[in-house]
Amino acid sequence: VYPASFEYFAPSTLEEAISLLNEHGDEAKVMAGGQSLIPVMKLRFAAPSVIVDLNRIPGLDHLVERDGELVIGALVRHAACERSPLLRGRYRLLGDAAALVSDPLVRNRGTVCGSLAHCDPQGDWGAVMLAARASVVAQGPAGSRSIAIDDLLEGPFATTLAADEIITEARVPDPGERASGTYLKLERKVGDYATAAVAVQVSLDNGHVGEVGIGLTGVGPTNLRAGEAESALRGAEPTDEAIRSAAASAAEAAQPQEDHRGTVAYKRNLVRVLCERGLRTAVAAARAGEE
Amino acid sequence: MTAVTDLVTSTTPRLHTVDMTVNGQRRSHEVEARLLLVHFIRQTLGLTGTHVGCDTTSCGACTVLLDGVSTYSCSTLTHAVRGRAITTIEGLEGPNGELHKVQQAMIDELGPQCGFCTPGQIMSAVALLNENPTPTRDEVRHALSGNLCRCGAYDHYLNAVMRAATGERVSQA
Repeated sequence: VYPASFEYFAPSTLEEAISLLNEHGDEAKVMAGGQSLIPVMKLRFAAPSVIVDLNRIPGLDHLVERDGELVIGALVRHAACERSPLLRGRYRLLGDAAALVSDPLVRNRGTVCGSLAHCDPQGDWGAVMLAARASVVAQGPAGSRSIAIDDLLEGPFATTLAADEIITEARVPDPGERASGTYLKLERKVGDYATAAVAVQVSLDNGHVGEVGIGLTGVGPTNLRAGEAESALRGAEPTDEAIRSAAASAAEAAQPQEDHRGTVAYKRNLVRVLCERGLRTAVAAARAGEE
Repeated sequence: MTAVTDLVTSTTPRLHTVDMTVNGQRRSHEVEARLLLVHFIRQTLGLTGTHVGCDTTSCGACTVLLDGVSTYSCSTLTHAVRGRAITTIEGLEGPNGELHKVQQAMIDELGPQCGFCTPGQIMSAVALLNENPTPTRDEVRHALSGNLCRCGAYDHYLNAVMRAATGERVSQA
């Protein structure tokens, strides 16, 4: 199936890209990996008249630790995250999630920042960034600003980005040495949307939970934060009872809809189970780093 | 910076030049902005070994290598690969027409059933073995998990890729 016709631009600087977006407004779409954009254009769910391809802009593919943050550039592919030795240990949540994004072919082209900008409620990175308390850097004609992930995700396929802003980086704060996380997802087959998925990250402080993040995928109009579950665990001893109780609270935060992947009750229970398993794994891995 | 314009109102689509290397040969063609790489490969270049399966970024029948990386050609714009190197299933043969070791192993292990998804399976396997010549069976399973097979010949494909990697027979007599 052919997409509707459009003008294609492949600028070599970010400034050119932003000026094209500024000129064409809502008619233009930014393309990084294109693994969500091209399919929706083929299905004619989207028919932008201008495509601004970022792939010819140098200096956007950095995946580095810098000033107490992990920085993921706009052209960092899921596959690069899957393979990066940086995304182990305390950043394990990101490495575990990267390996579960869609399928290997999509991971080879698709990008983390593109996924966040696309804001599919079934996208994995939104939940991951919620759990990791990350932010994105958005660059527009007037300069750049930092947007906390909670303020970026607005609704299904809707972010708070202006039409002429581009996400140039995602920034994940260093959770400390005694921290870890994981991402657990149930999918009917590789590449399908998740029935549900849960991102968790935990840091430990003298045997108690320091910071904790829990993000949900596929059970709401956008990725959701299980805030009450986080509050219940923060500062508590991560006992079996505390973990079970937090997982039950996360299930309550889910807003699933019944479809061919399962009923509301099934998906809610799945969130509980994945959250409980995820928290156990994260706490055990964080303890291993605590020694 | 190049603009490629193709207005809905125009009677003839605006064409712009793309240059790239396909299977080691420089190619230069005038194509529309919206032309997908898989259609460029099949219709413009006549290389029909790359298949259109689902056409929705799911099945992997259209897999080609883009600078060595396995890629959905049905979800890639032709203009996005200007200056890059594409390898299709036709580009795997040796200088004297001999089969690539993955292709030979597919025959030896009776990998394909109907054969429709086979070119994509092979391209993903070649990309894997270029990066990791001695994969475990699980690593092969993970690497090929984006390539669907409606015949369900998955285990046979795994046998073939393991045979290509080890040079040893995998299936039982």
